[in-house]
Amino acid sequence: MNPTRIEINCETGVESIIELTDAEVAELAVQAEAAAARKAEEDAKAQALVDLKASAKAKLIAGSPLTAEEADTLVL
Amino acid sequence: MEFSMPSPTMTLIASSTVGSGGAASIDFNSIPSTYTDLCLKFSLRDNNSQSQNGIFISINSSTANFTQKYLSGSGSAASSGSIARFIGYSDAAAATASTFNNGELYIPNYAGSNNKSLSGDLVQETNATAAYSVMSAHLWSITSAITAISLIADTASFVQFSTAYLYGIKNS
Repeated sequence: MNPTRIEINCETGVESIIELTDAEVAELAVQAEAAAARKAEEDAKAQALVDLKASAKAKLIAGSPLTAEEADTLVL
Repeated sequence: MEFSMPSPTMTLIASSTVGSGGAASIDFNSIPSTYTDLCLKFSLRDNNSQSQNGIFISINSSTANFTQKYLSGSGSAASSGSIARFIGYSDAAAATASTFNNGELYIPNYAGSNNKSLSGDLVQETNATAAYSVMSAHLWSITSAITAISLIADTASFVQFSTAYLYGIKNS
């Protein structure tokens, strides 16, 4: 059995529970791929920023010159 | 002296609470055209295995002609991008138990004859370092009146006690 959806008729207030068609299930799978790609991209961006900040901090402590990208993470 | 009750400017059109069987989407159909704007408020959690899971929308059962921009914050980093019909995240199975997201979609001039704009403001609720907040702006490049809107879990099902409330807004 496929997942169901809830349909509410705003004129009558009647709520129905309807099983998804195979086409609707396939459409959801396409959405899932896009979402997974998006999430991976966001996670990579977030990790890159964390790494950059850590590198900037280590260089500051060591008295080493920072790259422009590293310096950008410190500007308030 | 005589007082008259002011006309309500925000009226509940319909609502739904997901039952024990779950629901892949919550679809409001046959929306009356008697208001100026629509406001959809919701509290959602789904059964995806992650801490959060995407929510998408469709309008009048259509998934075409949408464009979107979003701004997302995870608690440690901000990001932005464009994903058609994506409005933000619901809590999912790995989020703190019994927590639900909190969100709102606002749709001005939904019954007019211009293209339709929507804005979304969603936050995820979980006791963890990462919890996502997403603001989004959408354009549905269709001039038909909006008569149906759906909240769709991303390859998952909204779990029991998820709720959605559709309000009509009148400016007088």
